Amino acid sequence: MSIVALRDAVVLLGRFPALSGVDLEVDAAEIVLLQGPNGAGKSTLLRFCAGLLRPHSGSAVVLGHDLRESRPAVRRSVGLLGHDTALYDDLTVTENLQFLARASRIEPEEVGSALDRLGVSARLRDVVVGRLSAGQRRRVALAGVALRRPELWLLDEPHAGLDQGGRDLVDGLVAEAAADGATVLVASHDLDRALDLATRRVSVVGGTVTPDAVGGAGIVDPLGLSSRQER
Amino acid sequence: MYTDIWLVADKDLRIEWRSRVALSQILPFALTVLVLFGFALNANREVLTAATSGLFWLTVLFVAVVAVQRSTAIETADGARRALLLAGIEPSSVFVGKALAIAVQVLGVEILMVGGVLVFYGATVESFPLLLATCVVATLAIAASGTLLGALVAGVRARETVLPILLLPLLAPVLIAASRAFDDALGVLAVDGWAWLGLLAGFGVVNALLGTLAYGPLLEET
Amino acid sequence: MSADAVNTGSRTTRLLGSAVLVGVLALILLGFFGAPEDDEQADAVRMIFVHVPSAFLTYAALATTALGSVMWLWKRSRWWDVVAHSSAEIGVIFCGLTLFTGSVWGRPTWNTYWDWGDVRLVTTLILFLMLVGYLALRSAGGDENAVATRAAVVGLLAAANVPIINRSVEWWANRTLHQKSSLTDGNLEDLTLFTLVVGIVVWALFFVWAMIHRFRIGWLEHQLQAVDLETALAQRRAEATAESTGEANQ
Repeated sequence: MSIVALRDAVVLLGRFPALSGVDLEVDAAEIVLLQGPNGAGKSTLLRFCAGLLRPHSGSAVVLGHDLRESRPAVRRSVGLLGHDTALYDDLTVTENLQFLARASRIEPEEVGSALDRLGVSARLRDVVVGRLSAGQRRRVALAGVALRRPELWLLDEPHAGLDQGGRDLVDGLVAEAAADGATVLVASHDLDRALDLATRRVSVVGGTVTPDAVGGAGIVDPLGLSSRQER
Repeated sequence: MYTDIWLVADKDLRIEWRSRVALSQILPFALTVLVLFGFALNANREVLTAATSGLFWLTVLFVAVVAVQRSTAIETADGARRALLLAGIEPSSVFVGKALAIAVQVLGVEILMVGGVLVFYGATVESFPLLLATCVVATLAIAASGTLLGALVAGVRARETVLPILLLPLLAPVLIAASRAFDDALGVLAVDGWAWLGLLAGFGVVNALLGTLAYGPLLEET
Repeated sequence: MSADAVNTGSRTTRLLGSAVLVGVLALILLGFFGAPEDDEQADAVRMIFVHVPSAFLTYAALATTALGSVMWLWKRSRWWDVVAHSSAEIGVIFCGLTLFTGSVWGRPTWNTYWDWGDVRLVTTLILFLMLVGYLALRSAGGDENAVATRAAVVGLLAAANVPIINRSVEWWANRTLHQKSSLTDGNLEDLTLFTLVVGIVVWALFFVWAMIHRFRIGWLEHQLQAVDLETALAQRRAEATAESTGEANQ
């Protein structure tokens, strides 16, 4: 079963067609790298797959749920790291994640281990998020995604603003998630890093998905196992 | 459902308590308005006594507008609204939770304001139960309609100005009913305060019901 | 598209419009020369031929807006959204007219332009403020669907609260000054009653006429946006082709 199945999906932001007809199929345990220039629609594509936006036309099924009707069900099973971290400035790191955990019916005890995985030191956990640096904040947001153990990870520039150690942690997290059978969509400009990770690469331009420009086939296949996909 | 309501209310109150906005800004604002009414009415005891209930509740409406704006700002900053959606909490629980948090804050301000009118306007309380019941019921009604409209204007560019022009006319019956109930409780007018309380409750129920139904579709529109 | 598309008129509206013109003429004749003057209110009574129909249509328009709001929230029907918007805009005009004629009538009758004791007039004033808020929200702009949903909720809030507002004002002003409902108390002269009914019919026809025109404007705007969207989509897709033809893939 495809985790993501979009057919000619059009998504409007106001009157602007941010996605102008996307065809995309993603299978379980794939790590798909979305690349493309600024304003191409990568972030919108991720938010759309998260069930936050209504399709204007076309068909869109994510995790078996139709995005026209059952967006709440999709939202519950995905983890989205957006441009903004969606954290409350006036709550501490722990309080923020405990809120997320309780809302998602996850044991609050797991907050500690999620923060451990992202290397958020114990010293920072009782600090209000508003006082964190941009990089620390992003780590906390990533811990929030990891905490929920989503079936579909949607990461928008996960490496941005992180130090070397943080980037390594992100890569480890993504690899681990895929190994556990989760599916990952990553939008990144950090190609060197993201390429190593991805099992497939997709170009997003003009709000639509085009055949990969460089390889001509849209597949990164380090082991050379899978057949080439012609478009 | 109750755990979600509590979760949201607890979060909002915690944030408000941390930022101390209610304490350090809304409360002084309310007391300032009460004092300014005193100046505007030439500190005339007779006029002030007659007008106490109305001035009190008018001030509460202003406080409510500010409190709703704060409550909305919590969710619009840094895409936190999206976090609420992704967390999968039922929108109706978010609505009730946020409304309760607003109600607690406004009620706290009201209690101190009662002290204010006793001191500045020389008001006397005839019926404490009626006074308290009016505060609780009216505040819940105000919080319900305020929370609904707060979510409604969250995505509007000019939300600071749109909120009061939508909220204040809607709260006109609350102003009338709560002021009359207070008139009775303060012994200013011989009216049936408890009947007015019933009207307040009716207003609260109708708008809370609309709020629980409409909050989901509103949250969905980003 | 045919010429109809750029003109909101049609045979029906022209017929309706003519009927309204004739009706207004008849109303003027009946109102000023047909109906007798009132024993107490003298000529001032003639104001009710405008006041009562306006009030009637204000609430009819509000009901239409509420219905349109429900249908938008339920079926996400753009058609009903445009109906709700159109009806609110026309309703606010009727509402203003009700308030204006009401206070002008109040001057000779009660010796004051505005009396807070008049339950229905005060209720209508609050409704007027809510309708103004509704239109302000509409004009604040934003995503078409979001605007429709927000406006629908406000429309429903206004409609649901009218009975409560009315009740609160009624208790508050238990010394109500307002005429008992002019239509039901049976004290009116036959010709006065007849003129009043004519007034309501003429105003209702006017409402339908204005609704059709306003609706068509709204619908044309919607279609224009659909055309704009096609252009925007084509432009957006062109970005993609421009990018890939420049590469090795063709």
